[in-house]
Amino acid sequence: MGRHVLLIEDEANITEAIRFLLTRDGWQVDTHADGADAVEVIRRAAPDLVILDVMLPGRSGMEILRDLRDLDGFRDLPVLMLTARGQSRDRDMAERAGVSRFMTKPFSNAEVLSAVRDLHAQAQRT
Amino acid sequence: MARDTLTGSRIRERRTIKGVRQADLARKVGISASYLNLIEHNRRRIGGKLLIDIASVLGVEPSMLTEGAEAALIATLREAAADAATPLAETDRADEFAGRFPGWAEVLAWSHHRIASLERTVETLSDRLTHDPRLAASLHEVLSTAAAIRSTASILAETGELEPEWRDRFHRNLNEDSARLADSSKALVAYLDDSEANDDRRGAPQEEVEAFMAAHGHHFPGLERGAELPDPLIEAAPELTSRAARQVARAVLAQYQADAAAMPLTEITGAIASVGLDPLALAARFGADLPAVFRRIAALPAEVLPDEVGLVICDASGSILFRKPLPGFALPRHGESCPLWPLFSALNRPLVPIRRRVAQLGRSAAHFDCLAVAWPDGQPDFDRDPVYRSIMLILPVAGGGIGGEQVQPVGSSCRVCPRSACAARREPSILSEGL
Repeated sequence: MGRHVLLIEDEANITEAIRFLLTRDGWQVDTHADGADAVEVIRRAAPDLVILDVMLPGRSGMEILRDLRDLDGFRDLPVLMLTARGQSRDRDMAERAGVSRFMTKPFSNAEVLSAVRDLHAQAQRT
Repeated sequence: MARDTLTGSRIRERRTIKGVRQADLARKVGISASYLNLIEHNRRRIGGKLLIDIASVLGVEPSMLTEGAEAALIATLREAAADAATPLAETDRADEFAGRFPGWAEVLAWSHHRIASLERTVETLSDRLTHDPRLAASLHEVLSTAAAIRSTASILAETGELEPEWRDRFHRNLNEDSARLADSSKALVAYLDDSEANDDRRGAPQEEVEAFMAAHGHHFPGLERGAELPDPLIEAAPELTSRAARQVARAVLAQYQADAAAMPLTEITGAIASVGLDPLALAARFGADLPAVFRRIAALPAEVLPDEVGLVICDASGSILFRKPLPGFALPRHGESCPLWPLFSALNRPLVPIRRRVAQLGRSAAHFDCLAVAWPDGQPDFDRDPVYRSIMLILPVAGGGIGGEQVQPVGSSCRVCPRSACAARREPSILSEGL
C-alpha cells in the first residue's frame, strides 16, 4: 500500500497547509476543489486515503461519500471527513454514509497528521 | 388590567377547572350564554346575587372570584405539575399550597416561566442553526478561516527550518485569512445583533411579510374602510425590502381586501358577539368558506376577539406559507414542523374541517383548540390535479384548559420535542441529549 492522499477541499489555504504538512511527512498529495466531479476524480486517482470536506461547491461531501461506498474497490478506502458542523446529527449522518474518521474545524495539524497515519496503518493491517 | 376587573377571567378559569360548559353555567344561574361570555371576557361588571350564584355553582367563595386568590398563580402551578409529567404533585391542592405558602408558590411559578422561556430560546437557536442557510454559511466561513489560520500558524511556529519561499507564502496566507476572519466575524456579529434587536429577523420573503403584518397587528383599518390601497402601504413598509416579499405582500393584502369585503368589520363584530367565535356559524352567516373565515378571524382587531389567535397556512408539501404566531404555541420559522398538527392531518382529508384540542409538549400545559381545513387552491381543471393548501386557526383554551376534554399531544419540531416514543419522530431530540 502506497502513501497517496487525495485532498478534496475548496478552501485554498487549508489545502495548502495540509498539503505542506503531509508532503513533509512523506505523502504524495493531490488536491481537488470541486464536489461535482469528485467521485470520478477519486475513482481515477485511486488514492490510498481521501480527506474530504463536507461543504463543497457542486456537491456535498456526504453525497460524495455515499456514492463512493457504492463503487467496487472503494468500500474500504479510508476517508477522513472535515467539517465545520460538529453536531451529533452530522456525525451520525457521516457514520451512516461510511466515514472512517470525522474531524471538526478548526482542527490542529497534529490531529490531521495523526488521523492520516492511524487510518493508513489500520488499512494496511486489514 | 386591575385585579378587580379580572373577576370574569377568574370565573372562566374556575369554570374551566371544574369542567363546566359555559352554556350550562349560564343556564344554572339564569342568564344567557352570550351574556356570561361578555362577563368572562371582563366586558360586563358583575356583583350581587349573580356573583353569589355563580360562585355557588362553581363551589368557591365569592371572594375567590372577586379578589382572585391568585387564580393565575394556581393555573401556573397546575401547568408546572402537568409539565413535570409525574403523578407526584397534589394538583387538587394547588389552591391550598398557594394560600399557605404564597412565597414558595411564586418561586415555583417563576421557575416554571423561566424554564419555558429558556426552552423557547433553545428552540429558536436550534431552529436557526439547523435551517438558517445564512447563519450556517456564515459560521462555516468563520470556522473554515479559523482552521486555515490555525493550520498555517502551526506550520510557521513548529516547522524548524522553513524555506523562505514557503515561509513568505504562509505569511501571506495568514495575512489574507486574518483579514477574512475579521470581516466574517464582524458580519456574523452584526447579523446576530440585528437578530437580537429585531425579533422578526427577516430573510425569506415570507418572513418579511410576517414582519410587515406583525407591525400592523395583522389589521389594516384603511383597507377595511376602503380609504387605503395595498400598493402605497407596501411601498411605505420598511419591513418589505425585497421585490419577492412585496409581491407576496400584494397577494396577502388582496386576499385581506376580499375577506374584509365578504365579512365587513361591523357585521362580523356583531356576529361574533351574537354567536361567539364559531367559524362554522360565521361561515354560514356570511356564505363564506372556512379558510376565508379563519383568515378573517386572524385579521380582526384585538378588541373584537376574546383572546389572541394564531394562524398558520401551508401548502401540500408541508412548507409553511404564512404564520401569525401565538404566545405559547411554537411555530418553527423554517419548516420541519410537528407532523401531528391538525394542519397536516387536514391535508389527508381535503375540505373536511378538523378540530383538535392540543398541548405542545415541553413548553407549557396550555391547551389550544386547533381548527384546520385543506382546500384546493386555484380554479379546478379537468386535466390537472388540484393543488391543496391547508390552514389552521389556533385558539387558546380558556384558563389553559387543564382538566378539560381529551388533549392530543403535539410538538413544535422533533429537535426540541421531549416525547421520545412518538411514531412521527423524524430525528432525535436535542433535549434527550441532556440540554
